[in-house]
Amino acid sequence: MKRVSLVLILAVAAGLSIQTAHAQTLKTVTDRGMLSCGVSQGLPGFSAPDDKGNWTGIDVDICRAIAATIFNDPTKVKFVPLSAKDRFTALQSGEIDVLSRNTTWTLSRDTSLGANFTGVTYYDGQGFLVKKSLKVNSALELNSASVCVQTGTTTEQNLADYFKSNNMKYEVIAFGTADETVKAYESGRCDVFTSDVSQLYAERLKLSNPADHVVLPEVISKEPLGPMVRHGDDQWFDLVKWVLFAMVDAEELGITQKNVDEMAKSDKPEMKRVIGTDGNFGESLGVTKDWVPRIIKAVGNYGESFDRNVGAGSKLGIARGLNQLWNKGGIQYAPPIR
Amino acid sequence: MTTGPRPRPPQFVARLRHALGGRAGWSGFALQLLFVAALAWIGYEIVANARANLQSQRITSGFGFLSHNAGFDVSQSLIPYSGSDTYTRVFLVGLLNTLLVSIIGIFFATVIGFLVALGRLSPNWLLARISGGYVELVRNLPVLFQILFWYLAVLAALPAPRQSVSLFGAVFLNNRGLVIPRPIAEAGLAAFALAILAAMAGSLVLRSYARRQLFDSGKRIVIWPYVAGLLLGLPLLAVLVFGGPFTFEWPVLKGFNFSGGSRVIPEFVALTLALSTYTGAFIAEIVRAGILSVHTGQMEAGASLGLPRGSSLRLIVVPQALRVILPPLTSQYLNLTKNSSLAVAIGYPDLVSVFAGTTLSQTGQAIEILAITMGVYLLISLVTSAIMNFYGWRIGRSLGA
Repeated sequence: MKRVSLVLILAVAAGLSIQTAHAQTLKTVTDRGMLSCGVSQGLPGFSAPDDKGNWTGIDVDICRAIAATIFNDPTKVKFVPLSAKDRFTALQSGEIDVLSRNTTWTLSRDTSLGANFTGVTYYDGQGFLVKKSLKVNSALELNSASVCVQTGTTTEQNLADYFKSNNMKYEVIAFGTADETVKAYESGRCDVFTSDVSQLYAERLKLSNPADHVVLPEVISKEPLGPMVRHGDDQWFDLVKWVLFAMVDAEELGITQKNVDEMAKSDKPEMKRVIGTDGNFGESLGVTKDWVPRIIKAVGNYGESFDRNVGAGSKLGIARGLNQLWNKGGIQYAPPIR
Repeated sequence: MTTGPRPRPPQFVARLRHALGGRAGWSGFALQLLFVAALAWIGYEIVANARANLQSQRITSGFGFLSHNAGFDVSQSLIPYSGSDTYTRVFLVGLLNTLLVSIIGIFFATVIGFLVALGRLSPNWLLARISGGYVELVRNLPVLFQILFWYLAVLAALPAPRQSVSLFGAVFLNNRGLVIPRPIAEAGLAAFALAILAAMAGSLVLRSYARRQLFDSGKRIVIWPYVAGLLLGLPLLAVLVFGGPFTFEWPVLKGFNFSGGSRVIPEFVALTLALSTYTGAFIAEIVRAGILSVHTGQMEAGASLGLPRGSSLRLIVVPQALRVILPPLTSQYLNLTKNSSLAVAIGYPDLVSVFAGTTLSQTGQAIEILAITMGVYLLISLVTSAIMNFYGWRIGRSLGA
């Protein structure tokens, strides 16, 4: 009953504390010597422990990058695996400092949870996974199907909307965790497994015979995934926001894990600002001048992190698509560091 | 006999004073009042503080969300429900699903428990060993594991909808559940229902008549042929005169699933099965303890009266054992109800799954929703306890007489 205990913490924290928890997250983290980061319970490419028990993934990299800016050590992160249902409560109650767990940015989540999204790490959309043997080529052929879905996600509502607006009937079976959902799909309880497309690719790898399953072409929703922090601590909000921006900007400028030391010698004004040899951008964020090189040395730029975790260099092999930089046909765009 | 004046009955005020303040009298009463006031103040402070803090953290609070649209669907609902209904409706759907699985689970757990207990006490060596093995196996495995086992076992054993096991082309069994024709009410339904009620009333009257005859004159009247005749004959007559009570909507395979007909979903079957076998094992031990607590002399007395073993058990031992059985039995019923919240693991839409799960994560109002859910479980448990206590009180009264 992890959730109940989280809620109790929240209730007690809200009910008894005179001083609310939203004071100085950066200071708290620095004093603790460890960043507490909420991640998924194991979603390959985004956040999953590898065979040595190290967490890897694009969401994990965000947390490692934040830790790098503060401690100059990307390993000073405590990863807290959370189910979809528990994630917001864990953030509200202060158990974690940042939630980096493939979470869709929506208006209601931004306004009613006492938390804020800091940016978009991955532009995703909801899709459908079916068995090839069903010979279905389009989501519009799914009338009367049984659909497995993970509870506590935006997926459930998108699904209802999509079937309703296309006048199709369906049966939904909602499970607590992704693993249970996939197991039910594999056992034949459902014809369809629906989730964010990136997750479908990741979960398909876990099936006993991935080649027997196909992701349908329709993408029925916008799912911009990004990190979240508690409302009311602007300094912390700025830091988490700019860590992602710095990774995107670094890719745009061609700073990579390999050439970052070389680039530090550059005397291009733009490069000097990013590297930190000019200006005091890092200090105004509450960290050190060399915050960007620290990030790049720890996890690489956005493109490197993408390739290593979900892109061409990973098992998932997802194309950059929307997540390509804005000047290369995608929509990943970061404000300038100046 | 003692002599002397009878003691004066205590005055009303004195009695009140004693009831409110105990031995300390009025000062004790004042102290208690103060204590209650302090508790109320602490409670108020917690609620007010929580509200203020949630507000300053910009976390929405309050119960306004209950009238918002839910926007998601549920796989099993006892009342009409669609995605455009409110969260209140979702709450009711979840609550009814929880009650359904609890009541049916309690029924089967009780039956299993009594049968296994009697089996374990049976002089038949094999039956006793099998019953004992069942208890030791089932009660020592975690219930969540058993729920998952039944779910995956049930699913794995069943075919896909297109290869359904069919019974007379009307009932279909597949991994989407058991599909049966759905009865639709017709004009003859009222007469049919009345006929059944009349037959049942008639049977009860017959039974009490037969009992009185047995007690008054020792005459044993065999009533079951008459009862059977009543229960079958009257409804049949009603159907012949007024027409059939139902027509049926037949299930048809259409696309991926059957459309039409009613369906029992496998999640429900697996959950009921797991909960009733698991709780049944505990109940078996409780019942066994209860029966063993009745002195063996009672059984021997029954035998010496010439009663068969079954009758001695039913008429003499079990009623006495019930006094011992009831309190722990109530706990098991409450356990079963609470364990039904594990449903979320296999996708059965119970209260915790649809309300404390989906609704919570969509609205983010954890404190309110968890408070409502806890309140509901508390209420269900208290009502169950009250019913069982009433039953226990009746048994105690009839035995004490």
